[in-house]
Amino acid sequence: MKTIKTTLKAVALAVMATSTLAQAETLKIGLAGPATGPVAQYGDMQKIGVMAAIDDINNAGGINGMQLEGIIYDDACDPKQAVAVANKIVNDGVMHVVGHLCSSSTEPASDIYEEEGVLMITAASTSPSITEKGHQLIFRTIGLDSLQGTLAAQHILNSVKPKTIAVIHDKQQYGEGLATTVKSTLEAAGTEIVMFEGVTAGDKDFSALIAKLKKEGIDFVYYGGYHPELGLILRQSREKGFNAQFMGPEGIVNSDLAKIAGKASEGVLATAPKSFDQNPVNQARVERIKAKGEDPTGPFVFTAYAAVELMQNAINKTGSTDPEEMAEYIRANPLETAIGKVAYDKKGDLTESTFQVFTLHQDGSKTPVK
Amino acid sequence: MTETLLYLIQQLINGLTIGSTYALIAIGYTMVYGIIGMINFAHGEIYMIGSYVTFIVIAGLVSMGMVSLPIILVVALIVAVVIASTYGWTVERVAYRPLRGSNRLIPLISAIGMSIFLQNYVVLAQGSRDVALPPQISGGWTFGDPAVFEVSFSYMQALIWIATFVTMVALTLFISRSRMGRACRACSEDLGMTNLLGIDTNRTIALTFIIGAALAAVAGLLLGLYYGVVNPFVGFIAGLKAFTAAVLGGIGSIPGAVLGGLILGVTEALTSAYFPSEYKDVVSFSLLVLILLFRPSGLLGKPEVEKV
Repeated sequence: MKTIKTTLKAVALAVMATSTLAQAETLKIGLAGPATGPVAQYGDMQKIGVMAAIDDINNAGGINGMQLEGIIYDDACDPKQAVAVANKIVNDGVMHVVGHLCSSSTEPASDIYEEEGVLMITAASTSPSITEKGHQLIFRTIGLDSLQGTLAAQHILNSVKPKTIAVIHDKQQYGEGLATTVKSTLEAAGTEIVMFEGVTAGDKDFSALIAKLKKEGIDFVYYGGYHPELGLILRQSREKGFNAQFMGPEGIVNSDLAKIAGKASEGVLATAPKSFDQNPVNQARVERIKAKGEDPTGPFVFTAYAAVELMQNAINKTGSTDPEEMAEYIRANPLETAIGKVAYDKKGDLTESTFQVFTLHQDGSKTPVK
Repeated sequence: MTETLLYLIQQLINGLTIGSTYALIAIGYTMVYGIIGMINFAHGEIYMIGSYVTFIVIAGLVSMGMVSLPIILVVALIVAVVIASTYGWTVERVAYRPLRGSNRLIPLISAIGMSIFLQNYVVLAQGSRDVALPPQISGGWTFGDPAVFEVSFSYMQALIWIATFVTMVALTLFISRSRMGRACRACSEDLGMTNLLGIDTNRTIALTFIIGAALAAVAGLLLGLYYGVVNPFVGFIAGLKAFTAAVLGGIGSIPGAVLGGLILGVTEALTSAYFPSEYKDVVSFSLLVLILLFRPSGLLGKPEVEKV
């Protein structure tokens, strides 16, 4: 049975190889992320960035004459669907993937890509465990949760200096991971955490939790999770007269937070990738994205753009589209990209932090905190 | 009053409100079960559609320059009830009537299919993101010394309590007193016999679905206004919690659904209040198992007699 499988695989590979040769003029890049589901707007950001990069490269004549084509795969930020999507990408013969987005989707999908020899660069997944398995073909263009958590903790200690702190999370890999980092960093600095609790993602009523925060006299809440729950927590806090300072990770940074929470979202703090759309190198790109009627300000737009740049450069320099050769090159050679200098450590993590603290506003915009 | 007591009162208010939201949806669930003995899994989706319609109508009226809140709410309620009832009737027509008389599991599966269909249909029609509405009814009462602990009870919470109580009483009276209600009860006793006696059972069952859907629309309107947010997936979780409440109170019993909802809500709030809130579901569902171990037919349910 095993021999049959191996033979089949070999045949499939041979077929794939010939088809790659036959269509040498286009290189397919898989875009894996949520195109539907509650966090689909993050998928949109990634799509805007990747498509902008692909258009720019194609308009400049492609890579060595080869045109790029982006193909969207929808994982709905669901780990089960992510595995199905990863298998489909492998079956479709796509060898280069930008994605996935949610850490919980990226993790199972990355195992498949590594095994099947597909190069994957995620523009948004920040969970440390993704790069801890010794995978060779997995990279990211965004800093780790731990870096983001540490930055948040430092900001809390040095600038906010609250008296009583609560850390709340949504019990998911991303949110709880961040919340734990913030908690342990604060505790290491000798600050006491009064409450550390989880809420259920998808819940609508947080009145019991808010009453508890109010009773404990909390004046600062760090929330590890995404905007739908935090939006409701903010909205209900305001109705209940609970006015602590809130802070969250980049998962809360999008204009829907302001839509849900209204005035209550004014002044919320968040760590997010630096505003790369303000970066001088990106000005022409920002204009081109705006000209298409799309929003260039999302936190993952230019991290996704940089992921394509890395692939382009690796193909240019190695003269090959082989994922393993490309991965080796990317790991060894730092590159100046849309998000600044990208250099990797052995695990495939960025050596420089790309995060910054922002204040969010009720109109959905954000301003960097000095 | 001491802080401990005020805090307990606040958490009871929170719990009763959460419980009422479950109860509002559970009433419709349990009514359909009580009459045709089938669980309508699409009920949560009808509730979600009710919320969407409310949001669309309110947004539309406000953009047309309407300012009177009572008029806006009444129009939204009427439109939501009419549209949701149409969906309820259609669900019955498509997923239940053709399967009448077949094995009980079959309409159950077709109802789950209906639920998934409606959810995805709304995703396609309205997008999958959260849709938000600014608070329409704000404000409330507060009491207790602000320096100790201030208890708040909003108008919206009061409205949800009242609506739950009123629908429960109205529906109980309808089932026990009206002519149509008598037909409903006859259907639940013996569908075949009722048919033989000249009652149009198809019409009675269709009516049950329409009333159930109208109740879901009322819940959709109130909870939509209360939370201010709706997405296509709210129906699933709400339906699950309401189903739990209905089973806890004794499925088929309308006061039971309300009692079950309130117990579930208060347990959740008190667990969050005195233990880490991640244990909320663990405690409330352990309670469900315990109650069902001792009272398998639920708190107010009648023990089921096997028909021979």
